[in-house]
Amino acid sequence: MSVATQILGIVASLVLVAGIIEMLRRRQFTEKYAVMWLVVAVIVLVLAIWPHSLVDLANLIGIAIPTNLLFFVAIVFTVGVSVHQSWELSRLESETRKLAEDLAILRLEIEEKLKDKADN
Amino acid sequence: MDRVLIVVPAWNEEEAVGDTVREIFAALPDVDVLVVDDGSTDRTARVARAAGAMVLELPINLGVGGAMRAGFRYAVRHDYDAAVQVDADGQHNPVEVKDLLAELGHADLVIGVRFSGKGAYHVAGPRKWAMKVLAVVLSRVTKTKLTDTTSGFKATGRKTLPLFAENYPTEYLGDTIEALVIAARGGCKIVQVPVNMRVRRAGTPSHSPLKSSIYLFRAGFALVLALIRRWDIKSNADTPLPTEVKA
Repeated sequence: MSVATQILGIVASLVLVAGIIEMLRRRQFTEKYAVMWLVVAVIVLVLAIWPHSLVDLANLIGIAIPTNLLFFVAIVFTVGVSVHQSWELSRLESETRKLAEDLAILRLEIEEKLKDKADN
Repeated sequence: MDRVLIVVPAWNEEEAVGDTVREIFAALPDVDVLVVDDGSTDRTARVARAAGAMVLELPINLGVGGAMRAGFRYAVRHDYDAAVQVDADGQHNPVEVKDLLAELGHADLVIGVRFSGKGAYHVAGPRKWAMKVLAVVLSRVTKTKLTDTTSGFKATGRKTLPLFAENYPTEYLGDTIEALVIAARGGCKIVQVPVNMRVRRAGTPSHSPLKSSIYLFRAGFALVLALIRRWDIKSNADTPLPTEVKA
């Protein structure tokens, strides 16, 4: 790997880290997502600075082509994230449903109260 | 006398909340008590109402921060002069609310803290270190001496109320750590008052080493997050005017 590609990798991952920290600062995500993306950003940064660590790790596990390790980890992570998002989405849906139900009940109760008042 | 609202966040506290509310009325006959039922699955709301409290029933569980925020919003909408958080589990002694309120005369946020001499509360290991670091850092941020920053026993004055109604953190530990940072950034004066924390009426606090290590990590992260976050402090955002509500 040439020095230029390594610098490119480092710069790209620094941009990623900085972007995530800035979004955190602006309160664009909550703590639980922040931790996850910070970990990802730091791993990417480490790999960019010491590309050889990926090769060593692949050898250790017995994977012949180091990039395959990277792809494997990335795919597992992506699947994990999308499962987690489906879970969050389902939770949000049930919360919204509950809010709508409560709102409807409140509306009825207020209407009944107003009717009572008009009758008296 | 100032209008004071006692906010009691309660999640599945049917065993304790009734006694807590009665005790508050016994100690402070002139206050209003608002129990915020944080999406409980037990009879918390009914028990609290029977004890004479007003009850906000949240349809979904929002956590302590979310429940307190609902309480602060209610306080702002109904033009209260102060709101005091008293936990439903009975660890905050309502008699000491007076000590907190007395300090509101010259401060905007008063925290009731356990002192080494006062109150029997034992902490050790990672949790203790976390509390130490938090105390040192937050003392600098708030420019006042704080020995314990994780106490929920707080009195919020007129200046801080709209700030908290709009910005009170809802994340884990945010209601203790980040809330102080927000108040400090909003120019509020913070003081602490020694109090006795009591043993909880129901439920047991967790003290396993793994849990306190996780606590240490999360507290540290929450602290860093609170310090680097940008706070566009708006005090009277979209809470309607009290007159609108009363009409």
